[in-house]
Amino acid sequence: MNTVSNGALPEGTPAPAFELRSTPDQSVRLGDFSGRRLIMAFYPADWSPVCTDQMALYNEILPEFQELGAALVGISIDHAWCHVAFAQSRNLHFPLLADFHPKGDVAQEYGVYDDEIGMSERALFVIDEEGVIRWSHVSPIGVNPGADGILAALESMSAAPVPA
Amino acid sequence: MSVVFERPRLTVPVSERDHVLGPATAPVTLVEYGDYECPFCGAAHRSVERVLQVMGNDLRFAFRHFPLSQIHPHASQAAEAAEAAGARGRFWEMHDLLFENQDRLGLRDLIGFAGALGLDLERFVTDLRGHAHAGRLREDFLSGVRSGVNGTPTFFVNGLRHDGGYDVEVLLEALRSEL
Repeated sequence: MNTVSNGALPEGTPAPAFELRSTPDQSVRLGDFSGRRLIMAFYPADWSPVCTDQMALYNEILPEFQELGAALVGISIDHAWCHVAFAQSRNLHFPLLADFHPKGDVAQEYGVYDDEIGMSERALFVIDEEGVIRWSHVSPIGVNPGADGILAALESMSAAPVPA
Repeated sequence: MSVVFERPRLTVPVSERDHVLGPATAPVTLVEYGDYECPFCGAAHRSVERVLQVMGNDLRFAFRHFPLSQIHPHASQAAEAAEAAGARGRFWEMHDLLFENQDRLGLRDLIGFAGALGLDLERFVTDLRGHAHAGRLREDFLSGVRSGVNGTPTFFVNGLRHDGGYDVEVLLEALRSEL
């Protein structure tokens, strides 16, 4: 049985704003997703085997995420140049954000930076149209969390009554 | 606060829609989610063949598609070829040919396999070009996602995800423990 400590920002917390490079000359902000749902997938590092599987899986499920009104970003402490190479090699169709400088700042804000290893934990957040965290999850670093939790969270949001 | 992780369960049980080997009354059911272009699945295929021989009537085996098409450009078309053959009652023969020829999965190769199986080639090509079986592939894929399939190959033994390896001995041990 595996357990992990979980300091991740919980459901109901407004998502901290961020602005991160997705390529050496492009930035992505939380505000870019206002009015849409956003899945934030923090992962330790490009190229490591588990991350690779996890990102490849999400890449395949993008149509289902989109049907449920959600965009997806991956976030790690790797530099934007590294992300570009990784995304090209895996044919990824969603942005990878570089939490590179100051290193791990956004992961810290979301409560998922692991200071001992100097990388973020493997953590998922689902953020609603108003910018509020509706679901968060942290996996042991070597375990691929899959996508079923994300899909279930998005579906439960769809089922909830729309505020007037 | 801590989170406890349990082994995921198969959310869509084996049914008549599945491609199945072995008797429905077998005490153990092994389900594989696989990708014809994945080399690890190729290795697992050889294990499964052996395991089926050893277990005999004690084992029922079902295969579902989990093509990672963005990293394996031929995987979806290969899975569609298996389904096109399956629509003519030849799923398992095509399945074996695909795993035995993982480095030759282009359209011309697939047509060659269909020819070797004596399938109606015009119909086979029409199925592939029209993606007649793409819906079936997506159903398989999403049932895997909902069941905790995060990569390939992933096995379920009597509905519980098997997190060990897929060497013959490891699989046999997991299967026999259900007897």
